[in-house]
Amino acid sequence: MKVDVEGTLKRIESYKGVIGTIVVNAEGIPIRSTLDNSTTVQYAGLLRHLAAMARSSVRDIDPQNDLTVLRIHSKKYEIMVAPENNYLLIVIQNPCE
Amino acid sequence: MSPKKGKRSGSSKMKSKKSQSPTPQGKTGHPEDIFPLTLTSATQNLFGCQIDEDVTAQSPYKLLKKDDIMQDIKTRAAVSDFSPAKQIVLDYPEEEILLVFDSEFTFGQSFYLVLSPEAKNRILKLPETETPEVLENEVDTARKPKQWVSLGSEKEIEEESVKEREPLVFTFSRKRRFFGLPVSFSDNITPISQGFPSYEDNRRFIPAMLTDCGTQAVPKVQSSTAQTNWLGKRNNSTHYEPRDLSEEEKEVILQSDSMKEFLRGVTPRMLHALQQEEIFNLFTDDLKDLGADVEDDNEPDLSKGLELFKTFTDPSKGKKISSVNWHPSINGVIAVALKMQREEESDSEEDLSLTDPKFIAFYSFADLSKPQLLLECPADVVVFEFCPSNPNIIVGGCANGQVALWDISAEVTFLTQPGSEKVPANPFDLRKEQTPEVLYSAASEIESSHKAAVTDVQWLPPTFEVTRTGLPVENTSKLCVQVITCSPDCTIMFWDVRLPKQAGLSLFQRPDQNTPMTRYIVPKTFKHLDRTWKPLFKVSFQKMDGSGVYAPLKLSFEPYPGNAEAGSWSAEDFLDYSQLRIPSAKELKTLEDVNTKIFIGTEEGEVVYTDWKLEKDEFGLVHCPKPLFSFSTHDFMVYAVQRSPFFKDIVLTVGTWNFAIWKEGVMEGPLHVSKFSVENCTAGCWSLTRPAVFFIGKDDGSMEVWDLLENTNGPSQVHPGIISGTIICIKPWIVSSKQHFLAVTNDHRVVRILEISKSLRTPTSNESSRMEEHFEWETKYVKEFDRRKKVWAKEKEEQELKKETKPAKPVLTPAEQEELDKKEYGEFLKLEESILKGLGLWPKPDHSDKKN
Repeated sequence: MKVDVEGTLKRIESYKGVIGTIVVNAEGIPIRSTLDNSTTVQYAGLLRHLAAMARSSVRDIDPQNDLTVLRIHSKKYEIMVAPENNYLLIVIQNPCE
Repeated sequence: MSPKKGKRSGSSKMKSKKSQSPTPQGKTGHPEDIFPLTLTSATQNLFGCQIDEDVTAQSPYKLLKKDDIMQDIKTRAAVSDFSPAKQIVLDYPEEEILLVFDSEFTFGQSFYLVLSPEAKNRILKLPETETPEVLENEVDTARKPKQWVSLGSEKEIEEESVKEREPLVFTFSRKRRFFGLPVSFSDNITPISQGFPSYEDNRRFIPAMLTDCGTQAVPKVQSSTAQTNWLGKRNNSTHYEPRDLSEEEKEVILQSDSMKEFLRGVTPRMLHALQQEEIFNLFTDDLKDLGADVEDDNEPDLSKGLELFKTFTDPSKGKKISSVNWHPSINGVIAVALKMQREEESDSEEDLSLTDPKFIAFYSFADLSKPQLLLECPADVVVFEFCPSNPNIIVGGCANGQVALWDISAEVTFLTQPGSEKVPANPFDLRKEQTPEVLYSAASEIESSHKAAVTDVQWLPPTFEVTRTGLPVENTSKLCVQVITCSPDCTIMFWDVRLPKQAGLSLFQRPDQNTPMTRYIVPKTFKHLDRTWKPLFKVSFQKMDGSGVYAPLKLSFEPYPGNAEAGSWSAEDFLDYSQLRIPSAKELKTLEDVNTKIFIGTEEGEVVYTDWKLEKDEFGLVHCPKPLFSFSTHDFMVYAVQRSPFFKDIVLTVGTWNFAIWKEGVMEGPLHVSKFSVENCTAGCWSLTRPAVFFIGKDDGSMEVWDLLENTNGPSQVHPGIISGTIICIKPWIVSSKQHFLAVTNDHRVVRILEISKSLRTPTSNESSRMEEHFEWETKYVKEFDRRKKVWAKEKEEQELKKETKPAKPVLTPAEQEELDKKEYGEFLKLEESILKGLGLWPKPDHSDKKN
């Protein structure tokens, strides 16, 4: 299946309520982002460790298991982190209200 | 002096010797025939008059032979006890001489001799009567007590016994000059101030031969610190920045296969999560959504609506209240404008009440019986407003078309401390108890003012000001300096309270003696405007159908928020208004985004939406713009036009029999028009805290509370009889979060202050957003309705057109008509026959009700 990178990312970015999207590589360097640079760097740096820790916790409990999406629901919005294949996709969304 | 008698068994020898010890030798008075003497024990033995043996207290008498005594005297000579009485004894006539034992020492000695025989007889007669006692004594003496043998105990007893000592004799001599003066002895009661010094205890303490001693093992190691020089390098601070990839690298990565793999895997999950998040809010709090209040529910909401808080009446007679306003900064102060009560409108300009002063009265909650401050006006004030940037400035529109300004900065203390000592400002003012009065600082020129009563006056916000052509420009002074007034003389005027540049010269020429000695001190704030105040410019609006001009009664403009800093005003920044000058129009920056359109409610019930900027038409002449729309929703006078404090494009207009809600920008008509009500609606205002609530006051003194979210057809609450008479004015005010007031005045000088209950002042959840939605729907509905109306109109037109093009039907004569009818009837009968045959009911029965 041919995956159109641009198209897919655009789909996610323009979803209803999405504030911003960040794609981070294995070293934590943001590849692509819709937010400004300082915010991107901050999110990438902080969430990378959190996602890694969450993933290791899940795998510690059950080695067959793996983390699919880490969702942090905060007062103002929701942050969703999906690790896969050494990359990290971070999406910030306004929940429905 | 007398020894104890109980010790008689004791040493009688010693005793008698003691009794012989030197006694005060003053022989004071003893009868002549008594001669006291003492006898030693030896003598007593000889004569047989031993004390307690022969002679006792009971039988103290002993007759002694004279010869014996003489014998004793001769033998013992000087030693004899009787030697002092030798002569007496010799002289004694009789043979026997009486010796009496004087146990009580009445005459100083233990015995006495009775010298005369007569006395002897006399005394001896007595024992004859006391013979029974003598007998007893004899019985007693029969038993002789044992002789006491001294064993040494008397020494101990003597040591222990308490004896009276001989008196201490002090000999002292006085100073010579005090000789002969009376002596006064007193006790010395001074406390002993001598301390008791400690002394060395010469008793030796027990020396300790053994003591307990503890030992502790101490390591040989001891820690100490020393400062050394650090020669190595140490990181104090690090400056870093995040790593970033270059654009090309990013592009490469984005196009790589791994990225594609990644997205392939992640995208469905992420979309799923996003969708979940979007449709369902996991964390809704149902209770909260139901609208449970966060604030304490300890106070039960007893009244559902409005409670009477205070009511007061203006004491002046013959006046009506025309307008009421709350003081914006001082709590609890309300200002009331009074105008003359006229039975009928008099056409002439001069009326009887010209000489009476016209007032705006300030009342304070602390003392509602009389006004705290009175503002004198040139004529009856119909409306007035406090300046938003300086609550001490008040502008008022009068019934004769003039506009007046007041400055109460000097008297504002009367409002903040009501009831305080009112010192008359002028020493010549003899009326000490009167409330202070302030004369108006400035009144506009009569010729250039309105020709009819000013019915609405409003301050322009400090964020923008208006030039002579109506262009909104930036307001550099950040204060409210301009006023809009409107009047049923079909004009709207803009006034500026600052001095116009050109008038600077003419001020100096005006001499100051013109001002007479007034009773009041007039503040000089607006002296530059007095009597020369002209409006900045005038606008009047032609009717849309060209049949005249509108006569505006009330207006409402959009408040321009401007910059955030413009709102902050502090007392120190306040410039003297007399120093401000109207700047030239070219210097100021034009503000493009100010909404210069206003809603006007007219005398005839139209609501007009128009622009005040003067336009230039094709000839270059400046003229008033045409109104954008006008609707005659109300049939008579419009009493109130007010913008909602929550939505700046929603306007409420209250006409005589109904009210309407308008949205700016919706040209098709009002969003909502109420039903016609029986009583006149005379006043209306929005609630300050709830976006959906507004109050309508009626002619009969009742008030309706409308809640648009609850019920749009009718009022949600009706309070009949709030006040007697017609409600003239309703003004809401917030004192604190728990106290919201509504001031309601009628035309009989009564002001009632109502407290708004909790249910009416706390907005329901999301009320603002719900109201917005409601208005959106209304807008859509109105637009839709309008569109449909147009469509229907078009259709109707088309239909009419069609009708006209169709050939006209031939007109039948009555006979032909009858023939036609008969034919139709015949056809009908046949039809009926065929149907009934089909049903098997033919021939048709006679009863008509049995047919199918």
